[in-house]
Amino acid sequence: MDPLHDMNLDAPHSMGTTIIGVSYDGGVVLGADSRTSTFSCWFRVISALPPPGMYVANRASDKITQLTENVYVCRSGSAADTQVVSDYVRYFLHQHTIQLGQPSTVKVAANLIRMLSYQNKNMLQAGLIVGGWDKYDGGQIYSVPLGGTILKQPFAIGGSGSSYLYGFMDQAWKEGMSKDEAEKLVVKAASLAMARDGASGGVIRTVIINADGVTRNFYPGDTHPLWHDELEAQNSLLDVLSSGGAACPEPMST
Amino acid sequence: MAHDEDVAGSERTLYPYVTGTSVIGIKYKDGILMAADTGGSYGSTLRYKSVERMKVIGKHSLLGASGEISDFQEILRYLDELILYDNMWDDGNSLGPKEIHNYLNRVMYNRRNKFNPLWNSLVLGGVKNGNKYLGVVTMLGAHYEDNHVATGFGNHLAVPILRSEWKEGMSFEEAVKLLEKCLLVLLYRDRSSINKFQIAKITEEGATIYPAYSLKTFWGFSAFQNPGQFAEGTW
Repeated sequence: MDPLHDMNLDAPHSMGTTIIGVSYDGGVVLGADSRTSTFSCWFRVISALPPPGMYVANRASDKITQLTENVYVCRSGSAADTQVVSDYVRYFLHQHTIQLGQPSTVKVAANLIRMLSYQNKNMLQAGLIVGGWDKYDGGQIYSVPLGGTILKQPFAIGGSGSSYLYGFMDQAWKEGMSKDEAEKLVVKAASLAMARDGASGGVIRTVIINADGVTRNFYPGDTHPLWHDELEAQNSLLDVLSSGGAACPEPMST
Repeated sequence: MAHDEDVAGSERTLYPYVTGTSVIGIKYKDGILMAADTGGSYGSTLRYKSVERMKVIGKHSLLGASGEISDFQEILRYLDELILYDNMWDDGNSLGPKEIHNYLNRVMYNRRNKFNPLWNSLVLGGVKNGNKYLGVVTMLGAHYEDNHVATGFGNHLAVPILRSEWKEGMSFEEAVKLLEKCLLVLLYRDRSSINKFQIAKITEEGATIYPAYSLKTFWGFSAFQNPGQFAEGTW
């Protein structure tokens, strides 16, 4: 019948993103890709609209959004839904901070995200990872997937690109990493996911939150390591030929 | 065509996202023993591996849930409030498992009538004043009590084992062994189960949720070695 009702119930909605959150002793590192792809209206296909999930509407989006000074959220799913949920939670947390007289805890921020996700589960498509630091429990990561479940985890992955990271993280994540090890892991994981997931790509953004504050980092595509079957970037074929590196193929004749 | 979300005010949940699989519960000499794995599946992906699906409720009850985890978390919030108000009476009385079971039944059935179910199957067990209680409430609002219960796949795989081997007045050790026998079968045959379990106990003294642990599995049947030996292409 209509697309909304004949979805394969066993396959969860995939979301055009890779988001990661890793906690270390002293804080958290949040990471994400920067690709936002389009989704045409499900009910009508108009030739003037780009095909669903095919056009990169923004190749440098910032999916790591601030909620308070010490708490950020990684957004995956519908760009609109996650923006609006973040906006509401930022507003609530602002009031909460005033009333509390001190910075809000990460747990409160995560539970507000959960509240909106759960109460509007029928309408929202939002997979969120909340990460931050507070003086009571240090660095914490909370996963709030589709449906509004809340789960505290030492690390979390989300978005369509995360499918490629379950095995990788099972092997590579270790207890008791340092800040630098944690950030390296986040960047490596995001890079691997972006190599295989068409809906993820662009640059890797990371946000590190700890007692000393917040640091934003930016890793453009040309700084990522090369993975299997990827080639070193060149300015032009002409450079390849002139450097004489690649064997110049003989012209074919029958 | 009009969709349910478009009709003013009406809403329905269509499907669960993060789900837990079977919960098993049995009565034994001192009270109730309950078991569940710690998995949270996301469709066919075994996404979360440390989800506690059994929780202590008040002084006398244990609640285990399968199905949508976010709905289970919401039910825990409802029960928090229920227990809080019960305590605030400060009259020495406290809600027992029978009352909690009844409350949950009302909640689940009323949601079902509004076509907006809490997508869970719940196992409620407890002991009060020496009386053991073990019951189930499903997302449709169906409810029942028995000496041994299970949800989901457990209904098909564990209940037959329990019907055959459960007996009145089992010791803690016997009961744990019986639960583990069921858990192992579920591990072998339920695709959404994981090898990380928790067992919870409730007696007159109180409740204990034991730390998560894994079970050894057996693969040493000779028939497993070369199944295609006499039938090429078999699986």
